[in-house]
Amino acid sequence: MGRRRFLGLGAALTSSLAVGGKQAIADPAQESPPADAPWSQSIGAGVVDRPYGRPADAEASVIRRNVPWLTASAESSVSFSPLQDLHGIITPNGLFFERHHAGRPDIDPAQHKLMIHGLVERPLLLTMKDIMRFPSVSRIHFIECPANGGMNWRAAQMNSLQFSHGMVSCAEWTGVKLSTLLEEVGIKKQAKWAMVEGADGAHMNRSLPLDKCLDDCLVVYAQNGEALRPEQGYPLRLVVPGWEGNVNIKWLRRIKLGEKPWHTREETSKYTDLMPDGTSRGFTWLIDAKSVVTFPCPEKPLDGPGLYEIRGLAWTGNGKVKRVDVSMDGGVNWQTARLHEPVLSKALTKFTVPWRWDGRPALVASRVIDVTGYVQPTIAQLRAQRGSNSVYHNNSIQIWQVKPDGSVFNVQLA
Amino acid sequence: MYSSRKICLPIVAILLAGAAGLAGAAEPGSFGYGSVATPAQIAGWDIDVRGEDGTGLPPGKGTVDRGAEVYAEQCAACHGTFGEGEGRFPKLVGGIGSLRDERPEPTVGSYWPFAPTLWDYINRAMPMQAPHTLSADDVYALTAYILNLNDLVPHEFVADRNSLPKVKMRNRDNFIWTDPRPDTMTKPCMNDCVNAADVRISSTAEGRNLTPRTTGPLDTMQQK
Repeated sequence: MGRRRFLGLGAALTSSLAVGGKQAIADPAQESPPADAPWSQSIGAGVVDRPYGRPADAEASVIRRNVPWLTASAESSVSFSPLQDLHGIITPNGLFFERHHAGRPDIDPAQHKLMIHGLVERPLLLTMKDIMRFPSVSRIHFIECPANGGMNWRAAQMNSLQFSHGMVSCAEWTGVKLSTLLEEVGIKKQAKWAMVEGADGAHMNRSLPLDKCLDDCLVVYAQNGEALRPEQGYPLRLVVPGWEGNVNIKWLRRIKLGEKPWHTREETSKYTDLMPDGTSRGFTWLIDAKSVVTFPCPEKPLDGPGLYEIRGLAWTGNGKVKRVDVSMDGGVNWQTARLHEPVLSKALTKFTVPWRWDGRPALVASRVIDVTGYVQPTIAQLRAQRGSNSVYHNNSIQIWQVKPDGSVFNVQLA
Repeated sequence: MYSSRKICLPIVAILLAGAAGLAGAAEPGSFGYGSVATPAQIAGWDIDVRGEDGTGLPPGKGTVDRGAEVYAEQCAACHGTFGEGEGRFPKLVGGIGSLRDERPEPTVGSYWPFAPTLWDYINRAMPMQAPHTLSADDVYALTAYILNLNDLVPHEFVADRNSLPKVKMRNRDNFIWTDPRPDTMTKPCMNDCVNAADVRISSTAEGRNLTPRTTGPLDTMQQK
């Protein structure tokens, strides 16, 4: 029987089956093609049925999630991006991780203003309209909370990619260079630091060295092509590329230049790293190089032996990712993964490596090396330097234990 | 030739000036957007206080006793009557000498390096449900009370812009304000990097019941 005749026969059979009405429609997963699924036998929803749009109903589990026992209230808390269900280097706006200190304010953009003052020639008050008139730039950068992975400092605690690594996200940010705004107000020569402050209930504020402000900081009003989401600082936030999330002030309302740092609560009581000898490190802004395998992971186990593509993300506050190595045996042997374009400075970078799993126990890990030659450390190497009470900046190599049944667990190695 | 060069130069200068205006403002006010902030506007927004020396602290003062009253009304529900912290809300008191312990307790008494930062934080962020509703005097009083709870100032202490910067905090000299990283050095070994027999799992998240679910509705789990 020729192929064409066979297909014709199939179509005839299907139509005769369909005569009996819906009952006669075979299970499309079993029969198709040529059997038609219900969505192929009806007319779909029209345009603007969902004027903004939303994910498919079947993706309803792909949401930001929190750890209710972690914080005293949801208003001063954090939510995690579902990295296990994301593909590529851009985080969708509705899934970008959240960190609030006094809840999410809902700000009227018509009333929002940015004040720039202190050691400047010409203090300014700018409306959103004013800010949007300045020359615009768009840049893709990650933001990571330095407490990402903090729950795993002492031991492997969170059996989940979302909860172990989900306080990192990446977006295209559009706004004006902070250097442009500072040149417009005129920097007095005594100025060495900037105090940046939010309009939220906590008026969250941090000190930043002026050099960093002039280097690559952005004052942004858009994220992935649309206005910032309220939980990401609408209508205006600071982006400090490659530096810890907390300094990327949301709901930005004020920038003040001064001679010295402010030592605010968020850079003394919090966001300082307590060492085993009782001293603390302050002003540890940089996000060191970090990577994680996003497949497999506890949420995405393996489905029997066979060929898989190991997938993951790498990033560094130092600039670009240079190389990622992957190990299947807990770091005895490594192979270099393929980096996927675009490889951008201070942005998430995707890597993959093929893997034929033989069904035996495995310890899957990734290790990034950045442009400076910095190599992502093991948790043992970090603990040897910093103990386990430093809370922040856990950029250690993540080990996923794969069991013979394909299930995956977060483990640490001695 | 001479005359055309003379004409050309000013034209080039004008073009360059125009381009500079668009590309990046060299002179303050080149764009001219927005309005110059008036001294009154700046005064209304300029709330920050510098931790190290108290620069920016406003006039006003507060006693420990007045602080106890304000604290009972505004703070105790979350931070506990004596600063011990309710539930997972932060402890304000105690932990002195604990920073090298297995479970350190960083508090105002044990960890904070600068007293003016306490005034600044209460003033900018507290009470959580109604921030920016306390008078400067009451913020001074609360600061005095919390410092007194931590045995950092005597009961007669009056907090004001002169006295707060002089309070010697216990942990003041234990901060290193320059980042010593990178503090781990590794050469990226590729083969036989460790003895396979030495690869041993020291810790697993399996069965710890700390992880909220990652499918279905949001989890409401509390710590076991």
